[in-house]
Amino acid sequence: MKLVIAVVRPDKANDVLEALYRAEVRGLSLSRVQGHGGELERVETYRGATVKMGLTDKVRFEIAVSDEFVEPTIDALCEGGQTGEVGDGKIFVVALERVVRIRTGERDHGAVTPVGS
Amino acid sequence: MRALQAAAGVDAGDTAWMLAATALVLLMTPALGLFYAGLVREKNTLNTFMMCVAALSVATICFALVGYSLAFDGDGSLVGGLGHVFLQGVGFEPRDGTTIPHLLFFAFQTTFCIITTALVSGAVVERMRFGPFLIFAALWSILVYSVLAHWAFGGGWLQAGGTLDFAGGIPVEMGSGFSALAAALVVGARKDYGRQALLPHNAMYVLVGAGLLWFGWFGFNGGSGFGANDASVLAFVNTLLTPAAALLVWFVLDLLRGRQVTAIGAATAIIVGCVAITPAGGFISPGWALVLGGLAALPSYAVIVWRTRTRVDETLDVLAAHGIAGLTGIVFIGVVAQMSWNGVSDGLLYGNAEQLGSQLLAVLAAPAYAFGATYALLRIIGAFTALRGPDRDEAVGMDIIHHGEEAYVRGEGAILITPEGSVEDELAAVGPGSR
Repeated sequence: MKLVIAVVRPDKANDVLEALYRAEVRGLSLSRVQGHGGELERVETYRGATVKMGLTDKVRFEIAVSDEFVEPTIDALCEGGQTGEVGDGKIFVVALERVVRIRTGERDHGAVTPVGS
Repeated sequence: MRALQAAAGVDAGDTAWMLAATALVLLMTPALGLFYAGLVREKNTLNTFMMCVAALSVATICFALVGYSLAFDGDGSLVGGLGHVFLQGVGFEPRDGTTIPHLLFFAFQTTFCIITTALVSGAVVERMRFGPFLIFAALWSILVYSVLAHWAFGGGWLQAGGTLDFAGGIPVEMGSGFSALAAALVVGARKDYGRQALLPHNAMYVLVGAGLLWFGWFGFNGGSGFGANDASVLAFVNTLLTPAAALLVWFVLDLLRGRQVTAIGAATAIIVGCVAITPAGGFISPGWALVLGGLAALPSYAVIVWRTRTRVDETLDVLAAHGIAGLTGIVFIGVVAQMSWNGVSDGLLYGNAEQLGSQLLAVLAAPAYAFGATYALLRIIGAFTALRGPDRDEAVGMDIIHHGEEAYVRGEGAILITPEGSVEDELAAVGPGSR
């Protein structure tokens, strides 16, 4: 089991979701985050105060998957999130020690497998 | 002490009301900004509002310099003269046919030009570049609004032919609505239109904006009698009745279609009601005003439902809410106008079929001119400069791209840049010992 964490552009979030559904990855969480990667900093001006915005809005996906789903998930994230310009984001895959489904108490593989599949 | 007393023929009461009414109409443009801003996505909030702010500037200037003269100087058939260019001859003397100072009449009419120009922006928000929009707004206020205003109010061929339009069903509502359709076609759909759900980001703005628009509309319609008189009172009261009826019918339509009454639908219904009574306000009885509200909801609702299924990204439905509702109001005058209420003319139901003919003429001519002229104007501007930026700009959002600001900015990670350099430079200049 792995936890796949992806940070993508907010305006690509819908494309990523679409790609994930097509890859039959159905269990996920999504949050809005701010971050800083290699992209150029924006300069904004508020009533004469010029400000360099160090952080950019991003969307973070957290997806717990069984081992056979790791590659399809990564492929879907890349397919949906890519524009080719700096700022497309990153994917982190980390080992997952335990997973428990609260409703049934199922553990591990059973818990990361979406209901009905 | 000439300046301290009103010129002969000017009525103090009329002037007092028209001063207030002018301010009420001016409020409608920021109210529209709020209404529109709530309907777009978060990243385009400021740009959408700024298009209304832009109209406050460029439409005012263009109308003062040229537009007012083209609309209200003389009774040429198609367009007015140049006698009032740069506001020549516009002073304290009463405007012909009114008891208010000509200068005030000009200000009142200017607020109409502003809101109409701002209305058209609803068709192109979330993608049109701000610079080209400024050019468009300036030229549109002169070439389209002022011409239609002349036809309807300034002694042009429609007014001379007996077409009735109390407060702007022709130049304001049909003018903006059908221009919006043309603008949407020329500028093209947003990149994600029809592919993703592009949702309103703040329904509260939409409701507050609609409420303030309704409030301002009492000046818009109630001031179009140009005084504290029967026509103004009738239009004022009808401005209360028609939107109320439009709201109720919209509730029912929402219930039939989705089993729930929607808030953004209600905000739209308020606008549709106000628009429908705009041309008819001073010409029809309060009873018919209620009927008009109910009737006007139907075609506008249908056009909104239909439009979202097409490829035409007329983003904020200016055509449905303004063009179609204004058209309904214009036609309705021809059917139920009553001499006993307006002292001007009867409609079809009261034995004057000719009035309906005059109204239908306007329904053919005004949309055709608005659509054609706007289409040509944007094509010409588009030949000189790109009307929209690359898809990447649209993805980032118009606020950051065109204004360098965000509506909902969070300060984390923001570094103040002083004119002399960055904060680090300044600290370094103070010297190492000071830390």
